Amino acid sequence: MSDMLSSVDPMHLDAFREIGNIGAGNAVTALSEILGNRIEMDIPVARIVPFNSIPDILYGAETPVTGVLVGMSGDMDGYMLVIMRIDDAMKLATRASGTELPAVITPESLNENERGAVTEIANILVGSFFTAICSQTGLTVRLSVPELAVDMLGAILNVAIVEYGMLGESVLLLETRFSDNDIDVNGNFFLIPDYQSYKKLIQSLGI
Amino acid sequence: MTQLTVGIADYKIGKSPDVLRALGLGSCVAIALYDRGAKIGGLAHILLPTSTGYDGHNRKKFADSAIVDLVNELVVQGARRENLVAKLTGGAHMFESRATDTIRVGEHNVRSCQDALASLKIPVIANDTGGHWGRAVELNTDSGMLKVITVGTGEKTI
Repeated sequence: MSDMLSSVDPMHLDAFREIGNIGAGNAVTALSEILGNRIEMDIPVARIVPFNSIPDILYGAETPVTGVLVGMSGDMDGYMLVIMRIDDAMKLATRASGTELPAVITPESLNENERGAVTEIANILVGSFFTAICSQTGLTVRLSVPELAVDMLGAILNVAIVEYGMLGESVLLLETRFSDNDIDVNGNFFLIPDYQSYKKLIQSLGI
Repeated sequence: MTQLTVGIADYKIGKSPDVLRALGLGSCVAIALYDRGAKIGGLAHILLPTSTGYDGHNRKKFADSAIVDLVNELVVQGARRENLVAKLTGGAHMFESRATDTIRVGEHNVRSCQDALASLKIPVIANDTGGHWGRAVELNTDSGMLKVITVGTGEKTI
């Protein structure tokens, strides 16, 4: 149990990337409608990342980010967490709500509407991802109401690290980039199943 | 002066005027131990409350085992056990509406730190734990003061 993630082989990562890819395909349509523009999404990258290299790979541990947490229950229990830099989140939120992007962006820049928009966009991405997981595995999952936090990357990511920390010292990260003519945003997705659910997921994927 | 950053599931020891930092604490707890006489300090950055049932894992990941090991190592490096005092930060509950056990881990972490320190008879002289916000901390090993930085509510020293 202690090295579950270090025992994840590249075939698992390929499977997760494929799920991410199908999920991204689903998300493009929904996201394009919300943002009123044709959105392109890159093929997601899946990788196993040691906790302590996350700040080097993403952003500094104290960098302010938005994190949207969605709980899952049913055949799998756990969470999915979507993390974006504050300025990326603001780009999406102002676009969705048709407001002006401020020149200087701080964690306080996000008003109620924009917080709602970030939460809803992340929720759509998570929903698209789970539609892909369920169609690939035959598992049924219910998703909870999404919840937003705006705080330091390390603090928000703590939720994922706690769950994975019971297994080893790495987390599974899916990254994608979405863009249209004038916005270009990185989204970082952490799938956080509990231990039993991770095993079930791997088995259901037939790997 | 050396500035040392303590990652998750790790601890570090510094002597005056070193500064020990732990960044982006959510439910994680940073335990600062300090001996004013020897001007030596240690900072642990724990993730989970108890090592029970986790044989073979890194002992620095858990409150109980990390604190015991850090105290022993501080003594080896010149601290006097009876002079050590502790300050605790972190242990937040980042997503407010979540109520499951795992997500409540911050509270368990704080309690486990308090228990481990009590059984070693090390007094907790300052505390900035809980809430639903992240923290970054810096232990000044010259003064023993601990600076606590947040995103929304600025910084303070305890």
